[in-house]
Amino acid sequence: MLNPSIFRVLRAATLAVALISVAHANEGMRLQTASVNAHDLVSLQNGAKLFVNYCLNCHAASYMRYNRLSDLGLNEQQIRDNLIFTGVKVGELMKVAMDGKDAKEWFGVPPPDLTVITRSRSSGAGSGTDWVYTYLKSFYRDDQRPTGWNNLLFENVGMPHVLWQLSGQQQLAVQEFKSEHDAHAALIAAKSAARLDAEVSMNGGKEERRYKLRTLQPGAGTLAPIEYDKQVTDLVNYMGYMAEPMRLERRQVGTYVLLLLGVLFVFAYALKKAFWKDVH
Amino acid sequence: MSDQDVDKCKRGFLVAATGVVGGVVAGAAAVPFVGSMLPSERAKAAGAPVEADISKLAPGEMKIIEWRGKPVWIVNRTKEMLAGITKNNSKVSDPKSDVPLQPDYAKNEFRSIKPEIAVLEGVCSHLGCSPQFKSADAKSDMGMDWDGGFFCPCHGSKFDFAGRVFAGSPAPVNLKVPPYKFVGDGKIIIGDDSKGA
Amino acid sequence: MAAKNKQPVVITCAGPLNGVASGLLTWVDQRFPLMSNWRDHLAEYYAPKNFNFWYFFGSLAMFVLVLQIVTGIFLTMHYKPDASQAFASVEYIMRDVWGGWFIRYMHSTGASAFFICVYLHMLRGLMYGSYRKPRELIWIFGMLIYLCLMAEAFFGYLLPWGQMSYWGAQVIVNLFASVPFIGEDLSILIRGDYVVSDATLNRFFAFHVIAVPLVLIGLVAAHILALHEVGSNNPDGVEIKDKKDAAGHPLDGIPFHPYYTVKDTLGVVVFLIIFSIIMFFVPEGGGYFLEYNNFIPADPLKTPPHIAPVWYFTPFYSILRAAPPMFNSQFPGVVAMGVATLIFFLLPWLDRSPVNSIRYKGPLFRGAITIFVVVFLILGYLGTEPTNVWGQFGGWLGNADRATVVARVCTIVYFLFFLLMPWYSSIDKCKPVPERVTC
Repeated sequence: MLNPSIFRVLRAATLAVALISVAHANEGMRLQTASVNAHDLVSLQNGAKLFVNYCLNCHAASYMRYNRLSDLGLNEQQIRDNLIFTGVKVGELMKVAMDGKDAKEWFGVPPPDLTVITRSRSSGAGSGTDWVYTYLKSFYRDDQRPTGWNNLLFENVGMPHVLWQLSGQQQLAVQEFKSEHDAHAALIAAKSAARLDAEVSMNGGKEERRYKLRTLQPGAGTLAPIEYDKQVTDLVNYMGYMAEPMRLERRQVGTYVLLLLGVLFVFAYALKKAFWKDVH
Repeated sequence: MSDQDVDKCKRGFLVAATGVVGGVVAGAAAVPFVGSMLPSERAKAAGAPVEADISKLAPGEMKIIEWRGKPVWIVNRTKEMLAGITKNNSKVSDPKSDVPLQPDYAKNEFRSIKPEIAVLEGVCSHLGCSPQFKSADAKSDMGMDWDGGFFCPCHGSKFDFAGRVFAGSPAPVNLKVPPYKFVGDGKIIIGDDSKGA
Repeated sequence: MAAKNKQPVVITCAGPLNGVASGLLTWVDQRFPLMSNWRDHLAEYYAPKNFNFWYFFGSLAMFVLVLQIVTGIFLTMHYKPDASQAFASVEYIMRDVWGGWFIRYMHSTGASAFFICVYLHMLRGLMYGSYRKPRELIWIFGMLIYLCLMAEAFFGYLLPWGQMSYWGAQVIVNLFASVPFIGEDLSILIRGDYVVSDATLNRFFAFHVIAVPLVLIGLVAAHILALHEVGSNNPDGVEIKDKKDAAGHPLDGIPFHPYYTVKDTLGVVVFLIIFSIIMFFVPEGGGYFLEYNNFIPADPLKTPPHIAPVWYFTPFYSILRAAPPMFNSQFPGVVAMGVATLIFFLLPWLDRSPVNSIRYKGPLFRGAITIFVVVFLILGYLGTEPTNVWGQFGGWLGNADRATVVARVCTIVYFLFFLLMPWYSSIDKCKPVPERVTC
């Protein structure tokens, strides 16, 4: 009864659109993948600790209540003792003590609220946790900047590198390539966060393309690089949780709902068949 | 049975079965909607226990604090006020606090943990106005036998300093005593009476 | 099919309860046309027996409408239409209100589902000629519903007060500013301020939760009343009322209840399964149902690098962008976009084909519809992307954006589909139409 030709056309059209959108790849900087596990309570708890220690001084998470952290397997007493430094009640929101006007003066922009930041940083290039993970690994020393820090992913960022003691001070290394192929090979071989940009210059009426690859030289921090990555992973894991604390619950509820609808489908299907026996 | 009867039975069963399962789905879907009308986490956080400092509350004085959006009175009762309560035993409708409007530990003559410290919800048991503090000196407008207590301006209900309602008032029962506990020196927590830390 | 088989099976069970029930029914019926409405619109509304897959989307759209109204009512219980609180109140619903995320995701997924159902419902009408005589008014009511739905979606999209909400509203309201002479005043009147602000949010809230829904419900009632007056079309496009049995019922018709009530129930269940998969497992819909940038609170000082409307507006947004500005004004684009939506109203009079359904229309019409659908999808896709998505042409074409050129071609084709219809539909080689519906 269906009109097969229409379906064929629709399918071809969607396929064409899908192929076109794949072809449009992200240039500049590839995001590194944060291997987060939303079920790993130890990682989430560590992430929460890192978050309140390093982020909450300047950034708020003002839609998140401290007592919600009981999702991570903590009781109220543990939350009060380990995660609340501002003396607020356990049912309060994660506000920030810093004054917004001061912040604007110090950093140029008020530090954004971080509650749902990973949701807002999602894109075709990767998840929001990937973005924050890459961001936190892309800081390097730059004396041109007022804070003394710059970032490969978020150029001329106002935020200083708050985790620098853990990671050490990374230094910028710039390489130039004439061939796009070589540049890409070097990009893939890069061990650190890396950014590749093409620069076009006119040389005697001739267009000249140069490829600038920026990588980061590791500095000596209190943590080994692999250990630092682990800490950042935990932190972004927590931030991913915080952006949508009901994420696991919604999947679980969804599974039950689908099972229930499956049962309803069986009956509704049989019902339709039974009545439509009349129709010839 | 003819084929048609079999069909009728089958259809009847399927209509019922689909209806029942569909009803379960609709019922389950209604849960979050009804649940959304319950107090939210914010309301719960606002209703969390509150701490009050009573170390500077002089005898005979009253302090009003807010708990769950309601006024809670803390009165440091003098010996005379306590004596007045005992004197009123025959004039109040529920002298022994038989109606359960207080935690068990406050089911006594003075309706409190420590006799001198009264903790009462300042909400009239009649229609929810907040009564006023009237000391024993207010005999001119409260009558010569007034030993001090609370007077509700809305409909004239009278309560003594233990929050017990005088017989003949519009209010049917005593004022509520919220759960509370003393912590440390001169600190009181309203809304939480759990033992331990 | 024997006539008696077409009667719905009545399950009789004698008993005291039955007596009370029928007594009550009689009492009501003497005061209110309950049974006659039941007969006219369900039990004895004869619908063609050959409805196919495409005929689910009308009842599904109605189902989603109910879903949106119910979830909307519960969202209003917690939402704050106040520029300083709106964003936070949405997160409050998502976190602090028990079950709030369920209701909110249902509403946000429902918005997209509504448009999916309505677009497929419209495509169905296009394919089987459901807009043709005598169903012109059904089509017009339907188009009005579609316009209302767009208004409803536009007003509603401002409410979360995220960056996309804010700048989307800013851009669309500024379209009105390009209307010659009165534009500037018009856009200020719409916003109630010189920029999108608290006043705008508050009035959009009023439009979204009460004004537009009231009109929408009225139009849906008119749409269905008009349908039940002339009867449903079907995939063969033949009039079932032309061939009746001795009792006066159409030979190819079956009572809507129970046959289509059970079939539509099945449709709703399948719909709910797909809906649940999106709502519970991918509520952002890959950034198309909930745009990522909308998780950033509205900031009047900072425009996001790329503003795209929600997917259901993007075909028209593409047309807007495709039209080149003239006399330093965006007005031609606004006109093109407006005409692109309104031109659907003329369909009943543009189609000069002797037959209704695509099954018997000739290759010209079939080809035209196919091309139209493809063009609509391409425009829709391009509307979600920046204009440089496919890079630039080089050489003799200059440095024009490829996507813009494609969008221009598609826009022209889009309009040609309608403008050339009187011509290609009348010269098309149609197939013979059967007397009765085929299965």
